[in-house]
Amino acid sequence: MSNFREDGPGYPVTEATRVDKVSPESRILGKMRALIVAIIAIVMLIPVFVMIMTSFKARSDIVSVPPTVVFKPSLEGFVFLFTERAVVAKARQADFKAAAETGELNIIERVAFEAGQEVTGPSDYVTRLKNSLIIAGLSTIFSVSLGLFAAYAFSRFDVLGKDDLLFFILSTRMLPAVVVTIPLFLMFRQLNLNDTHIGMVLLYTVFNLSLATWLLKGFIDEIPIEYEEAALVDGYSRWQTFHKIVLPQAVTGIAATTVFCLIFAWNEYAFALMLTSENARTAPPSIATMLGRGGIEWSAIAAGSLGFLIPVVIVVFALRNYLLRGVTFGAVRK
Amino acid sequence: MSIESTEAVVQKPDQKKPQRRQLSDRAIVNLFIWPALILLIAMNVFPLFYSLYLGFTDYSAITRQQPQWVAFENFSKILNDELLWKYFATTGRFALLSVGLQTIVGFSLAMLVNHKFKGSGLLTTLILIPMMISPVVVGLFWKLMYNPTFGFFNLLIGYTKFLFLAFFAASLFAAYFLIKRYISKKKIYLLITGILFGVLGVVGFLAYFSDYSLFGFLSGFFNPSTAPDMLASRFAGTPVPGMALWAVVIVDVWMWSPFVMLLVLSGLKAIPDYLYEAAAIDRASSWFQFWRITLPQVAPLLLIAILFRTIEAFKAFDLVMGMTGGGPGDQTELISVNLYRQAFLGQWRTGRASALAYIILIIIIAVSNLYIRYLNQMKGED
Repeated sequence: MSNFREDGPGYPVTEATRVDKVSPESRILGKMRALIVAIIAIVMLIPVFVMIMTSFKARSDIVSVPPTVVFKPSLEGFVFLFTERAVVAKARQADFKAAAETGELNIIERVAFEAGQEVTGPSDYVTRLKNSLIIAGLSTIFSVSLGLFAAYAFSRFDVLGKDDLLFFILSTRMLPAVVVTIPLFLMFRQLNLNDTHIGMVLLYTVFNLSLATWLLKGFIDEIPIEYEEAALVDGYSRWQTFHKIVLPQAVTGIAATTVFCLIFAWNEYAFALMLTSENARTAPPSIATMLGRGGIEWSAIAAGSLGFLIPVVIVVFALRNYLLRGVTFGAVRK
Repeated sequence: MSIESTEAVVQKPDQKKPQRRQLSDRAIVNLFIWPALILLIAMNVFPLFYSLYLGFTDYSAITRQQPQWVAFENFSKILNDELLWKYFATTGRFALLSVGLQTIVGFSLAMLVNHKFKGSGLLTTLILIPMMISPVVVGLFWKLMYNPTFGFFNLLIGYTKFLFLAFFAASLFAAYFLIKRYISKKKIYLLITGILFGVLGVVGFLAYFSDYSLFGFLSGFFNPSTAPDMLASRFAGTPVPGMALWAVVIVDVWMWSPFVMLLVLSGLKAIPDYLYEAAAIDRASSWFQFWRITLPQVAPLLLIAILFRTIEAFKAFDLVMGMTGGGPGDQTELISVNLYRQAFLGQWRTGRASALAYIILIIIIAVSNLYIRYLNQMKGED
């Protein structure tokens, strides 16, 4: 204290008053915060760990009491997921046993035989996954791009009856899927769209459009209008300001919206269950129907869910930097 | 009134431009808005009106009979059905509990991960994983988790004992920290919170070493062998009403808190630093900064998140269907599950289901109108 001059500031500048707040205390707080976040993340992921574990468990391990964390990994779940099987007839069991001992069975057949079954052919899981990929991917692209245009127009221009239109857009998401399906089913039947990829893409596009428009409008509202004003003064056309100024600024919002739309379309269950049967059926209803077949094959369900989860996780991880970065990057301050 | 207030914020940048540009602006608006609107009208307005029409008929989707007009019979039957009122009440409770908890959890998560540290991006993305899983798969899977004999949920609850030990350590640490700060800053609230944390730490310590005998009502819950069967709403053999609904709420919160977190986080990141800098120069407390800067700035995005979650909670179907199917009894019979039952399972009362759906729609529209009005008011004030 003694080194302060009498005519200096009224009191010493201590760490507590510093704006940048770098004190040993806050550094410890920061570390504690990181620790807490890490613990929360681990706790939240426990069910996912259980899912991964279950997919590698044999049937006997899944129903053990108490549940085991350490177990002998088995490929049963994945084999059950990718194949159609039948119970091995008693008369042929000896043949199979001999074949297993001489190593004539490949790994898939051997795992199936250990569960008392023989492989009769591939399952439709891969087809379902491919359908999901096509339908969810295309519908996400369409709904985000249409939503972006609409959101920009709503955000920057006076549109007649703006609030009513926005509310109308949102209200399309409010009707329970179960009821929308009945008229949609009749309509699709007239247009020959039932159980087609085009029909499902259209449906998911429209259902995501409301979410996309609302979210993107929120993000575009946050972008300072001064950028565009400056560009317009410099002689840019509206279209140029849109794709040279607004688009780059809205990338974060676009990425976030893409993720949400993708997740919805990828995971949708009710419509897919009621409007598709064979040709365009997506994965969620087919995973759910695995429940019905001869006892619950938890390992196959877990393996199917895991394989179904991985593509979304990859997309989210690829977009995560956009997702988490700020909207305006603190560049312009209103 | 809300209309003017939002439009006042949006300035027209080119009012003094020649007429040609004005026209092209309008063309751009039309070009941008109409594709979206046309799709929405084709795919949504038709089903909307068709199901409204069906709501006034006795149509059943499995018979070949043409729909017969029955006027308001469906509506009066629904509104006089006491069971349906009960399902509405259950749905309301579910929506309130799950959206409320999601808001609290999601907001706290966002506040926690908003500060950058090593690996914060990765951890944030990991926290987002629950909402990437298909709801029906989540429902199926938590059924396995909740299984009273071979599920993991009760096993993990049994381990919460150790959490109390961690709680003890963390609370004592916090108490030490706050009291030390009190000594340097002489602020009474620091001392009070410090003492509070100290007391909490002691409680955690006692809870750990007394084997929960302090909390007699909890002791059965924490013992893996007498643990509850959440989905059957039973606890050590005796039925406990409401437990199954809580089981669904827990899963819903687990799944959708990250959604709220992500939206709040993008709102938090958009707050300009200079607001905080100005506040810090004015020596505003962090409590004050939170209430006067953080919350108002995040509120619009938070409200959008709450709005979407409320709508989804009223429509909750996949998750409940995969997990409980409305059971046990009708404890988790949400209105949309009942709707599915009326429309498809066994009954096939398409007409009445459509009428019920319209009642749900009106409720949802009323609730969201409240939210949106509030949202616009808030934006007007800024």
